[in-house]
Order: sequence, then C-alpha cells, then structure tokens
Amino acid sequence: MALPSYTSPIERVWHYSYLVICGLVFFFLMMPIIVIIPLSFNAEPYFTYTREMLTLNPEGYSLRWYQDFFGSERWMSSIRNSLIIGVASTFIATTLGTIAALGLSRSHMPYRGLLMGVLISPMIVPLIISAAGMFFFYSSVGLAQSFLGVILAHAALGTPFVVITVTATLSGFDQSLIRASASLGANQTTTFFKIILPLITPGVISGALFAFITSFDEIVVVLFVAGVEQRTIPREMWSGIRESISPTILAVATLLVLISVLLLTTLELLRRRNERIRGIRPT
Amino acid sequence: MTTVEHAENQVADGAAAPKLVTADGVPLKSSLKRAERRKKLAAFFLVTPLLLFIIVTFILPIASMLWRSVDNPALVTYLPNTVEAIETWDGDGLPDEAVYAAMVDDLIVGGENRTIGQVAVRLNYEMSGARSLFSGSARRADELEPPYKEALIDLNPNWGEISTWRIIEREASPITASYYLAAVDMGYGEDGSVQFQDENRRIYLPLFGRTLVLSISITLTTLALGFPIAYLLATLPMRYSNLLMIFVLLPFWTSLLVRTSAWIVLLQQQGVINEILVSLGLLSDDNRVQMVYNATGTVIAMTHILLPFMVLPLYSVMKTIPPSYMRAACSLGAHPFLAYWRVYVPQTVPGIAAGAILVFIISIGYYITPALVGGQSGQLISNLIAHHMQSSLNWGLAAALGSILLAGVLILYWLFNRLVGVEKLKFG
Repeated sequence: MALPSYTSPIERVWHYSYLVICGLVFFFLMMPIIVIIPLSFNAEPYFTYTREMLTLNPEGYSLRWYQDFFGSERWMSSIRNSLIIGVASTFIATTLGTIAALGLSRSHMPYRGLLMGVLISPMIVPLIISAAGMFFFYSSVGLAQSFLGVILAHAALGTPFVVITVTATLSGFDQSLIRASASLGANQTTTFFKIILPLITPGVISGALFAFITSFDEIVVVLFVAGVEQRTIPREMWSGIRESISPTILAVATLLVLISVLLLTTLELLRRRNERIRGIRPT
Repeated sequence: MTTVEHAENQVADGAAAPKLVTADGVPLKSSLKRAERRKKLAAFFLVTPLLLFIIVTFILPIASMLWRSVDNPALVTYLPNTVEAIETWDGDGLPDEAVYAAMVDDLIVGGENRTIGQVAVRLNYEMSGARSLFSGSARRADELEPPYKEALIDLNPNWGEISTWRIIEREASPITASYYLAAVDMGYGEDGSVQFQDENRRIYLPLFGRTLVLSISITLTTLALGFPIAYLLATLPMRYSNLLMIFVLLPFWTSLLVRTSAWIVLLQQQGVINEILVSLGLLSDDNRVQMVYNATGTVIAMTHILLPFMVLPLYSVMKTIPPSYMRAACSLGAHPFLAYWRVYVPQTVPGIAAGAILVFIISIGYYITPALVGGQSGQLISNLIAHHMQSSLNWGLAAALGSILLAGVLILYWLFNRLVGVEKLKFG
C-alpha cells in the first residue's frame, strides 16, 4: 500500500492514521489472548502482572498452575469426558453429514432449500433455546445426564458445519468423473471410495474439525443436559470463572489457545490442499 | 407388450408418427421420468439418515419446548372433578355447592397422593398465595363436613373470593396462553380482561428492549471496527493479508470461555487495564473504573467475540470489488473521499448486511458471555430463560420467552437468507 508520489499531505495523514486505526483493531483482537498467556505462569494467585513478572525476575514465574491442572483428578476427568464426547459426536456428525451432503449436491435433489434449512437449523437457533428444548425432550426420554444424550446433542450441533463444508467442496467437484468411473465399470461403492472420497477428503476433514471444536468448546447444552458424570473442560472452566477464581483456568486457557493454533494451522493446510486439488481442473 | 407389437399397433393406427420408445418398449418420455424419479429418490435417500437424526435430536426438542410454552396439565390432571364441575359456573357470584364439593374431593385425593403441590405451584404463577391456599387446605380437607362451601371459606377466606375461582376456571383448560402473556408483561385483570402489568412491575419487555439495544450497539461497534480492517485485508497484497488474517482467525477459533475469562482478567478492578492506568497515574488507586460485570463488559467482550463474524463476510464481498472503479471515479475528478463514499461503500452493502444480520442474530441469543461478564445490567433475555429453567423452575415461562426469541431469530434468519443466502457462509 505504498502511496504514489502525487498524494497530498492530507491524504498522507489520513492514510497513516487509517493504518494506525487498523493496527489498534488488530491489537484489540489479539491482546486478550496474548495477555493471559504470561499470566498463567504467575507465581502469585493474582490475575494481574506482579512487579517480579514485569522486571522479568524468575521468582515471579512458576509452573504451579500447570501442576495444579495436570495434578487434578477433576480436570483430568474433564479432559477425558471432553474427548469422549467430542470424538463420538464428531464421528456421528461427519458420517451423517457427509452422506447428506452427497445427496444435497446432486442435481436431482428435490426440496433442496427446505431440507438445507432444516439440516443447518441447529446452527441458527440460539444455543440457549436448543439447550432448553433438549433438556425437556431428553429428560422425558431418559437421555438427560447421560453420555449418549450429550453426544447426540453435540452431534446435532456439529452436523451443519459438516454439511456446509462438504457441500462447498462438492460444488467444485467434477460430476463427470463419476460418469467416467461408471463407464469404466466401477460400481457405486467403488466409485465412492476410490473417486469421490479421496477428492472431498479435505472438506470432510475440515468439517470434522469444525464439528469437533463445536463439541469441545460447547458449554450451554452441557450445562442443561449433562450430569455430574459428564463434566467437560468448558464446564470446569465455567465453574472456575464463576465460583472459585483460581489462576488454574489461565493455564487451561493457554493450553486451549495452543489447541486453536494447531487447529488453525491444520485448516489452513487443508485449504491449500483443497485449492491445489481444484487447481488441477481449470474452472 | 413387446416392441414389435407396439410398433405394429402404431402402424395399424395409421397416420400417427411412431412414438419414441426404449428398447423394452416403454415410451421414452415416461422412461425418462421414471429415471428422474429414481435419481430423486436416490438423492433423497442419502439425506434421509441425517434428516431423521436432526428431527429426533433437534427438531423434536424444539417442538417440545414450543409445546411446553402452552401446555397446562396441572389442573386438568390433578383437579379433575373441579375442572368438570366448574364448567357449569356462569362466572357471576361464587360457584355453587357442587363445585366446592368437587374441590374438596380433589383436595383430599391430591393431599393423599401429594400431587396438590403441582397445582399449587402452577396457580402460584397466576396469584400469589395460591401455594399456601392449596397445600394448607389439602392438609385439612378430610376433616371438612358438608356444606363444603361454608367449610372451605371458613378454612381460608380466599375460597370466598370470586377472583380465585375465575383463575381456576381460566386455567382449567389443558392449553394456556398465560405464559406468553407473562412473557410480554401482561396478565389478566380483576375482570378477566388482558392488560399490561403496572409500569414498575414490568420485567420482560424492558429486558427484550435491553437485549435489542445491546445487540444493536454490538452490531454497530463490530461494523465500525470491522470495516477498516476488512478493507485493509481486501486491498493488501495476498502475502500480507494472509498474515494479518491470522489476527482475525485466531481469536475466532479460540475457545469462548478463554476469551471471556481474558476479558475478566483485563477489565476487572484489580485487572490489567486498571493496574496500568493506576501505575501511569491516570487513575488514583481508590478510583478504579468498573468495566466488567455490567453492560460495558457485555458490549466489550461480545464485540471482541463477534468481530470476526463481521470481518469475514465484509472481506469476502470487498475482495470482489474491482479497484479500477475507484480509480475511474478519481480520474473523473471525484475527491478520493467522495469516490470512496459514493463508489466503493455502496458496493460493500451486501457485506455490511450479511455481517450485521449475522452479528445481530448471534448476539440476541447469546448466553455465556453476558452470564459471566454482564453482572446485573448486562444480562440479556437468554440469561432470564436460563434463570427460569434452572433456578425459578418456571419452565412454561422459560419456554414462552424462548419461543418469542426463536421467532425473532427465525425472522431475521429468513431475512438473511433472502438478502445474502446461507450457502455463502464460510468459516475460515
């Protein structure tokens, strides 16, 4: 964004102040996440920087909140629960969502708009309403306070992401490949596993990642539908923030930031791979 | 019919041109239609598993919530005799002895089965004191002697009030509108007509209003902050903008609770920002600013959380605007600001609409962040729904509030779909 030589001084001033404004907004976006990371190494049980920390005195830093986290049976069981629920609900959401996306992107699909609306409704309805409805319904059929209940609920919340990402991937999919495969004598199953699936894998994986993170970060449904046995990481953090304000939650938060960095990197790699695959076929 | 026969028939018919048929003699048209139908079924068949899954795990729960908001089983189930007897009451003067006798029967049965409590709880939403009226009377109902009318009124003078019986008569139906009325701060007056609550006793309308005001402020602040950076991202060369995009995407993918707790760390009175201001001498130590646990906290934290939802649609629209339009406007003599305002900004309107509706839809139904950083003044309607679900246990009212919120969100979503199209949504 280099300025051409003929710009007037006012335009120059405006241009640089615009860049400063943008810098401030990016600062606003990143600062909260950056600030809590050093604080999680605070030796004192405070939520603010101590004098020792600011002078970079090693005395001011410690790993005690991480020890607290990894040594606590409560937190460890919440990780286990989050993983069990996340993996199981992702599996359901990805399988059902991918199959449905295959149907939805066929040109013969009747009532596509209506069906799409229903299938992605879990993403649109505010979580508090979904959670309240699930609480009523799941209690009446005996699914409340069970792993199955939370898994099904999270799978429902995750499917829209799978449907949307896989449908988007399929929109760039060359349907004539299916005909070519059929004309060479492959049956539908072979065509699916040998032709379609490898090509849409990036979409499926990113859909699965969306579904997983939806479940892993979900708290409202957990608050309403889950019981004591299904306490997840967000549930523990929620009570950590509300009840016992201990800096352990900052250690957890730092680890979660790390997870989101990994997730973002994976998604970016998938996006590039997807673009590369699509690039083979000029559109 | 074989092809040969078919062809012969047509020959016999004479003049008519031969119909196109497939190898097995079916007219081509119907054969195509059948193939079409089969393909439609095949496509639908693929969607069926997910459709059933969503219906069972999601649509039925929502339906059960909608049903809860009008469902009124307590009186019909636990006061069956009274409900039947009161049908004959004309509403003028107290009901006759038969109604009182039926009530005593129900009170005795309800007291023995301990079901009268549900009636008491249900009617307590409509009139204060109903709880003690019913549970107190049920305890002593089996000691009563006819005439029951006098006996009940002796037991508790409320039984002699016409208003008590009017409420019982009104709520005797298995479906009620009273939760919805309560959800919009209305109620039945003395004479049974629907009217607003007194100004100072209204709770829900002001809260709906505050939810709207806060959601609009959040939408406007995200637009004000998101527009410049979306423009920067869209106009910078790819290699810089991809790098800067991380600043938008990383917060987007960071756990909600992490971001909310980060804002508590930053904004609270002993928090980072206050400490900085105090150490810089801008604030005195006993004069720290309260920035969290109030509406300010809600707006700041939710602006941060929803900003990516504004930037991403804006960015994708701005990306498609050719920069040559602006150059053309300038070369025709427009001042750069005028060119920007008259040529560039109008083309971003689809992005503004998409981002604004998206942020607005998400924020009016938000629960977690207001619950953690909102304090008293930063609560939204969803926090009250949660309160009625978990603390006051008035599930009917929670369901009615939820249904109103749901209706609002669906209307907005319909608008979003008309204006933008949901298939344009992308994540990352």
